[in-house]
Amino acid sequence: MDQPARPTRQRRSGRIGKAGLALVVLGILFLSPALLAQDWVKTGTSLGVEKVRLAVSDFKPSTTDPQNTALLKTFNDTLWNDLDVSGVVELVSKSFYPLQTPGQPPEVNFLAWNAPPPNAAMLAFGNLGAVANGRLTVQGWLYDVKNIQSPQILGKQYGDAASDAAARVMAHKFADEIILRLGGGIAGIAESQIYFVSDRTGHKEVWAMDYDGSNQHQITRLGSIALSPRISPDGSRIAFSALTKTGWEIMMYSLDLNRLVSFPHMGGTNLSPAWSGDGTKLAFSSSRGGDPEIYVADASGGNLHRMTTAKGPDVSPVWNRKTNAQIAFVSGRTGLPQIYAMEADGTNQQRMTDQGYAVSPNWSPNGQFLTLAWVRKYGPGEPGSSDIYLMDIASKQWVQLTHDGGRNDFPSWSPDGRHIVFQSNRSGSLEIWSMLADGTKVQQLTFSGRNTQPNWSWK
Amino acid sequence: MKQTSMRSLLLAVALGTLFGLAACGGKKPLPPPPPPPPAPPAPTASISVSPSSIQAGQSASLTWQTTNATDVSIDGIGAVQANGSQNVSPTDSTTYHLVAKGAGGTQEATARLTVTQPPPPPPPPAPTVTDEDLFNQNIKDVYFDYDKSDIRADQQASLQADVAFLNQHATFSFTIEGHCDERGSTEYNLALGDQRASAVKNALTAAGISASRIKTISYGKEKPFCNESNEACWQQNRRGHFVFQK
Repeated sequence: MDQPARPTRQRRSGRIGKAGLALVVLGILFLSPALLAQDWVKTGTSLGVEKVRLAVSDFKPSTTDPQNTALLKTFNDTLWNDLDVSGVVELVSKSFYPLQTPGQPPEVNFLAWNAPPPNAAMLAFGNLGAVANGRLTVQGWLYDVKNIQSPQILGKQYGDAASDAAARVMAHKFADEIILRLGGGIAGIAESQIYFVSDRTGHKEVWAMDYDGSNQHQITRLGSIALSPRISPDGSRIAFSALTKTGWEIMMYSLDLNRLVSFPHMGGTNLSPAWSGDGTKLAFSSSRGGDPEIYVADASGGNLHRMTTAKGPDVSPVWNRKTNAQIAFVSGRTGLPQIYAMEADGTNQQRMTDQGYAVSPNWSPNGQFLTLAWVRKYGPGEPGSSDIYLMDIASKQWVQLTHDGGRNDFPSWSPDGRHIVFQSNRSGSLEIWSMLADGTKVQQLTFSGRNTQPNWSWK
Repeated sequence: MKQTSMRSLLLAVALGTLFGLAACGGKKPLPPPPPPPPAPPAPTASISVSPSSIQAGQSASLTWQTTNATDVSIDGIGAVQANGSQNVSPTDSTTYHLVAKGAGGTQEATARLTVTQPPPPPPPPAPTVTDEDLFNQNIKDVYFDYDKSDIRADQQASLQADVAFLNQHATFSFTIEGHCDERGSTEYNLALGDQRASAVKNALTAAGISASRIKTISYGKEKPFCNESNEACWQQNRRGHFVFQK
């Protein structure tokens, strides 16, 4: 009982590579050659293949409206950040740019961009202008500056009422167009949302923000404790767990109606809801039968089925969102919590992690990887930190993604599979951070209150 | 004897002289005296206070009537009308002394108002031990090892004491809260706390306590008793905590 948990079946598992992304990726590729065609590998790492060198020239004002200065700053900063963290391009430092930058196609001096020092393969440029009646218009182009005869890859125009929010949305849309074309046809995530728990009002409530941390706003106002928000695949509902008068129950919030909608109370302690990839089912942990077990219900809460029976806490299920055929979850059935996987009907339960304290699994969009929080070396005299790991489902090979200390937990994949958002106390307080799925481009997204349990939207 | 004779003799001489003089002057009758002027009526006065006894802070009504008085005053109040009434609220017992002066003389009257001090506030009732106090004083929480939800051997004594107390107070209902220390993950700790609460409940029901008296709730690491990062504090937070159900 007091012995550290041992795997019920010893599996061949080991660490992918030692350090460095190239080794990591080679390891994954070696194990899963089919991944070569997968966007994640191409984008999350360099693979020795140089990423496209993209120069992003600050957009220029097209009108003389006094709002332009502030709107241009928002637009240019947002566009640059979106492309910088996308993982699909190498941004050319602005210090290499020519003095004369284009705002219109005729102003592009190809030689000034396609030769060193910028040596850019691609150039994004354009213009922005507000006019007196409150309209904001943005024109943007993506040019292949090495192809002078037919340079244009993308030309877009956006219009909306002039506002800071509109400038940000236009930058996101344009960034996603560029990422779609330069990133192997996978849609960008610049308009995705991250749902999370924040206690900045004094109570833990569900909050939402843009993927880059802007536009943070409160969703629930229960004044109780809300935890584990999980956005539905279509983005219309948030399932979460909350402390009610009768205990912990699964709750449902409609983002269409901006209010709670009914979901049956199950009795016992009900935790950690998870949507199937098709949005028709929810898996969650319930102790309604005495022991915390994994249950699956329809999205309405009906048709409840128990999936696990082992003694010990079973919690934190997550579906293979691509196939909807498997569920990973956390179980303390052998002692310290470990990651398990099973078929969606509860059969073939197998342990995925071999040691330590492993929790918070989240399945990659392509269905082939888990990300999880893991204290691999755990116990007295083993001051292991909780870090974010990546595990190949088929082989159980893993790689550590965070190395910067602190307790890191609750990783969640971005819809394009290139990014992972997670919580960390590395800054001294619990905040939400994001990174590329190879552990680079780490960014802090929240700065107020304690912020936990991020969940990235599905699109 | 000789002296008595002398005194009688002198008396007789004196009387003879007196009669002789009177017979001489009494021959002319005096005129009748004029009738005296009618005497002015004497004033009357009465004073009363109602009620005659008050508590400090209360007031009483002082009422007085006089007749044939031109100058009416009450000590402590001063000159007043011939008839009147007035509310008074002295802090101490007071005798109201009414003086009514008129041509016919002076009349006095008094009324006594007794002022009693209010009774001291009743002493606070003797502290009564509520059921909840009794519960909290006697029930013992059950502590757990890290990542464990089985009842430790050293917690059996607490549980047996709890069972004995709960058997003596069969009407008490209560909630068992499952708590965890700050280490580990939020969701897993809530499930673990649920198991701890259930473990305590199961131990009680196995000892004969009715399950209908027991609710369970897990707080995981959401409501710690202690916020320091050391084993002493963590142990405080790994517990099944009893809460009386009102």
